[in-house]
Amino acid sequence: MNETPLIPAGVKRCSKWQFSLWMAAATAVLLWGVYAMYLIWYKGLNQTNMNDAYGFALWIWADLAVIALGGGAFFSGFLTYIINKNELKNIINLAVVIGFICYSSALLILAIDVGQPLRAWFIFWHANVHSMLTEVAFCLSCYFAVLTIEFIPLILENPRLDKKPFLHHLSHNMHGIMAIFAATGVFLSFFHQGSLGGVAGVLYGRPFAFREHILIWPFTFFLFTWSAAAYGPCFTILVTKITELITRKKLVKDNVIHLFAKISGWMIITYIIAKTIDTIYWAFVTAPGFGFTLMDFYASSTYNIGLLFAEIVICGFIPGLILITKRGRENSFLLMSAIILGVIGVSLNRWVMVLQVMAVPVFSFNEWYTYMPSWQEVATTVLPVAYGIIVISLAHRYLPVFPQEKELNPID
Amino acid sequence: MFPFCFEWAWDISHIVFMGGLWYALSIIGAGMTFAIVKSVFDCAGHDDQDHGHH
Repeated sequence: MNETPLIPAGVKRCSKWQFSLWMAAATAVLLWGVYAMYLIWYKGLNQTNMNDAYGFALWIWADLAVIALGGGAFFSGFLTYIINKNELKNIINLAVVIGFICYSSALLILAIDVGQPLRAWFIFWHANVHSMLTEVAFCLSCYFAVLTIEFIPLILENPRLDKKPFLHHLSHNMHGIMAIFAATGVFLSFFHQGSLGGVAGVLYGRPFAFREHILIWPFTFFLFTWSAAAYGPCFTILVTKITELITRKKLVKDNVIHLFAKISGWMIITYIIAKTIDTIYWAFVTAPGFGFTLMDFYASSTYNIGLLFAEIVICGFIPGLILITKRGRENSFLLMSAIILGVIGVSLNRWVMVLQVMAVPVFSFNEWYTYMPSWQEVATTVLPVAYGIIVISLAHRYLPVFPQEKELNPID
Repeated sequence: MFPFCFEWAWDISHIVFMGGLWYALSIIGAGMTFAIVKSVFDCAGHDDQDHGHH
């Protein structure tokens, strides 16, 4: 089959056999995950190593992490369409693709974890209106619909589809009202990102997670939304850089990356200051109120105080300070270090707020709980990574994801 | 869940939660309906123009 009519005009792509080989490798990993998913759906949750202590485990961490990393989509939409940072139009397509991958992955992981996908609609019809997780389910599914709507115009810009008059107009008209969808996405993201943090913060029986409240919202509600907006752009920049490395082409101009990195840096710095204040208040007021000292929560060889230091200082203040300084973000080594630390930082935060919460003993006669995921859990967690690679590869090959690509890589 | 379902109660929790869901779905639905209908009209207008040229 001749691919040329499918590839956007004025750009160069690798040969078909190279692309096929690349896709075959990603598909092999994907199939491994699909096989594990089949085992879990067919045989049940006995395929996992979850137990009474770990009702939330690797999947919920992966869920929270991909949702935070996909936060670049709603935040870049907010900056582009609401604040009018027009430079970011050159990276927002990728942010949307990443958001779409992250949120579809989150829904897939939930479908595996819930174990009764045929009853998924119960949460809408028999909603428990006192649960933060109901709010998460509502906002997550609605926001996935928004991301799909934001992705459709990009798909319709494929040269072959664009020739159809209706699809051409549809793409144009959807672009025209994208600000409305972006604003809806920001509204939905604020609440579901926050409620994911709120779930931890209201756990009165888990002093490691419990936080003070503003009205009905615990501090973790605001910290989760803030951290997703702060670190999500780091992941978008990281994927851009990885795509540039693999395709051996510059795809986005430096001024766009630097602007996005600068905004992310300021968000990280303000977030990490708020997180530090929250941690100090929790350590010296909230936890002692429950009869715990700070070190009680870090008395394990796995979960030691180094984790807290890594999250706040190494993966918080350091990347934030690098990204807010002009010299820092314009130095490619420092920029890469900062965005990688940022991505690790938010993933670590979600790990702590899901798995360490489960591990910490609540009563004096409890031991530290341990948990090691089964290969089926690992395979289904790796599945979204392979799926993401496939979607980004297809999007990059057949869609005009990077508007500046032609200008930056003229074909002789 | 709709107000005519047996589980429904006219309390703040139901109104806020379900109201928020319908609000978001209404905006998404109205936005997509507008884009699709306008595209149909644009196509029709474009076709008329083409016939005029011929």
